Amino acid sequence: MFNKKESIKKPHTIKVKLGVSDIIVRGLGYVITSIYALACIFPFLVILGSSFSSESYLNLHGVQLIPGEFSTEAYHAVIKSGLIWKSYIVTILLTVVGTSIGLSIIAMTGYALQRKDFPFRNVISFYIYFTSLFSAGLAPYYLIMTQFYKLKDSYFAILLPLLMSPWLIILMKNFVKSIPHEITESGKIDGAGDMKIFTALILPMLKPALATIGLFLALGYWNEWYQSSLFLSSRVDVKPLQYMLYETVNKTEALKSTVAGQYVVITDIPSNTVKMATAMLATGPIVLLYPFVQKYFISGITVGAVKG
Amino acid sequence: MFKSTANRLEMPGKSKLGFFAKVKKYRTLLCMCLPSTLFFLFFSYLPLPGIWVAFVKYNYQKGIFGSKFVGLQNFEFMMQSGKLWTLTRNTILYNLAFIILGNLFAVFMAILLNEISSKLFKKVSQTMMFLPYFISHVLIGVLVFNFLNYDTGFVNTVLSNLGLERWQPYADPYCWPAILIFIYLWQQSGYNSVVYFAAIMGIDGEIIEASRVDGANAFQKIRYIILPSLRPTIVILLLFALGGIVKGNFGLFYNIVGTNSLLYETTDIIETFVYRASVTDFNFSTASAVGFYQSLIGFVIVMTVNFIVKKIEPDYSLF
Repeated sequence: MFNKKESIKKPHTIKVKLGVSDIIVRGLGYVITSIYALACIFPFLVILGSSFSSESYLNLHGVQLIPGEFSTEAYHAVIKSGLIWKSYIVTILLTVVGTSIGLSIIAMTGYALQRKDFPFRNVISFYIYFTSLFSAGLAPYYLIMTQFYKLKDSYFAILLPLLMSPWLIILMKNFVKSIPHEITESGKIDGAGDMKIFTALILPMLKPALATIGLFLALGYWNEWYQSSLFLSSRVDVKPLQYMLYETVNKTEALKSTVAGQYVVITDIPSNTVKMATAMLATGPIVLLYPFVQKYFISGITVGAVKG
Repeated sequence: MFKSTANRLEMPGKSKLGFFAKVKKYRTLLCMCLPSTLFFLFFSYLPLPGIWVAFVKYNYQKGIFGSKFVGLQNFEFMMQSGKLWTLTRNTILYNLAFIILGNLFAVFMAILLNEISSKLFKKVSQTMMFLPYFISHVLIGVLVFNFLNYDTGFVNTVLSNLGLERWQPYADPYCWPAILIFIYLWQQSGYNSVVYFAAIMGIDGEIIEASRVDGANAFQKIRYIILPSLRPTIVILLLFALGGIVKGNFGLFYNIVGTNSLLYETTDIIETFVYRASVTDFNFSTASAVGFYQSLIGFVIVMTVNFIVKKIEPDYSLF
C-alpha cells in the first residue's frame, strides 16, 4: 500500500508516504493528460499524413493517419504555382512591420499611463478602455474603412487595425507596474527628459514584456484572415497566408454546402491533397516555432489575468 | 480600474497647475500617448457616428447621412421575423456553455497537471496542449472539415472500416452545438488551464505538507485546499467572461460552419449574421441594427455585472 522504497530513500522530508488516493490521482493525471495532449496534436497529424497521400487513394479510402500510397505530388503542385511564396513574403512583411510599430506604440503608451505623476493618465486610460466596452460594430467600421479611409484592396487595411488592442495596452501597463517608480525619479534627478528615461532606463527592463506582447502581435498578424476577408477583393493577387489558405479551401464552397454525394464540377478546384498541403505549408513555421516561445505566452496569460 | 492613486501621490501644489500648464509640462508623455490615442480615434471612435446607418434605409449613392431616415424599422424587421431572438439565444447559449464547461475543464486539467511529478512529461504534454491555441481558425476549419465530411472525412473512414453507417453532420443542424463546444474545449483548454495551473503553483507548499501530516488524502487535498484557493481566480475569470456573453467567437463559427445555411438554425450567432449581412448581402442597415443592438446589450451587461460585483466584493470589480 505504501511506497516503502521512497520512504527509505528520503528519510528527511515529511512528504514521504504515497497513499492509495495519491496513486489514483497521480495515475489519473498521467492517463488523462496523455489522452488530452495526444488529442490536441492528433488532428494535425492526420492531415499531415493525408497530405502525403495520392489524390486517388484519398478519394477512394478517405482521410487516414498513415497514407496508403505515399506521394509528394500535392506539395509539388503547391510549390510550383509559386503563389505560396509570395503570400509568405507579404505575411512576413506585415508581421515584422506591424509588430515593430505596434510594439513601440504600446510600450510608450503603457509607460506613460503608468507614470504616477502624469495628470492625464486616468482620462487616457478610460478613453482606451472604453473602446472594449462599446463599439460601433462591423457595418459602420466596414463603411468607414472602405468609403472614408479608402482602404479597400490595400494592405494597410490589415496592417493598421492589428497594431494594438486595449487588452495589450493593459497587459503592458501591468508589466510596467512592476518597475519601481524610483527608477523614473532617479532619471529625473540626473536631468534626463521623459523620452530619455523611457528609452535608456525603462525599455531595457521591459524586455520580457516586449517579448510577450511582441509575440501576441506577431501571432495576430501571422494568423490574420479576417481583415483580409473584409477588405481584400480578387483585385489583390497576393493574399496573406491564412487568407490564401481560406480561399484555397473554400473554392469548393458549393461542395461543402450541398448534401453529400452532389459534386459540383469546376475545373480549377484544388484537389483535397493540395488543400491539405497548403494548410500544412501555411501553418508549418508556427508549429516549428511555438514550442520555443510558449513560455512568453504563459507569462502573458498570468500577468494579463490580473486586472489593469 | 481608473480610480488610481495618482492624485494622492502628486506633490502638493502640482495639482494647482492650469490645464495648459499641465499640457506643457507633460508634453513628452502626452506625445508618447498620441499614436495610440489617434489609433483608437480612427478605428474605434470615428466609426461610432456610422451607427446612424442602422436608422436609415442605406443607399450607396447617397451615403450614410444622405439616406432616408426610417427610424426603428430595421430593428422592427429583425424582431418580427424572430431572427434577432434566434441569434441572441444561440450566441448566449454557446457562450454560457463555453464559459462554464471551459472553466470546469481548465480547472480539472490544471489539477491533474499539478499531480504529475515528472518535469519532462509535464513540459512535453503542456507543449502539445498549446498547439491548438497557436493555429489559425482557418486551419481549424480545415481540420474539422477533413474529420467530419461525408465522403472522405476521418470519422467516416473509421466508421466505414468498422462496418458502421456513415455520419452526415453537415446536413444535421442538431449535432452542431455538441461539435462546436467540443472543438472550443479542444482549442482553448490548454491555454486556459495555464492561469489555474499558475494559481495552484502559488499555493503555499507548507499548507499542503501540513495537511499530509494531518493525514489528508489526495482527494481531500484537492477538495479542501486546492479548490478553495482557486476560488478568486475562477470568480474573476467568470466575471470577465460574463461581460462578453453577447460577443460571439466569429472566427471559430465562420470557419467551421461557413455559409452552410442548413445549419444556421443552431449555429448562426450575431457575428456571423452581421458579417454575411454586410459583406455578402451589402445590407448595411440591417447589419448595423443588429450590431448596435449587440453593443448596447453587451454594454448594459458589463455595467450590471460590474455594479453587482462592486456591491458584493469590490476587489473583484472590473473598474
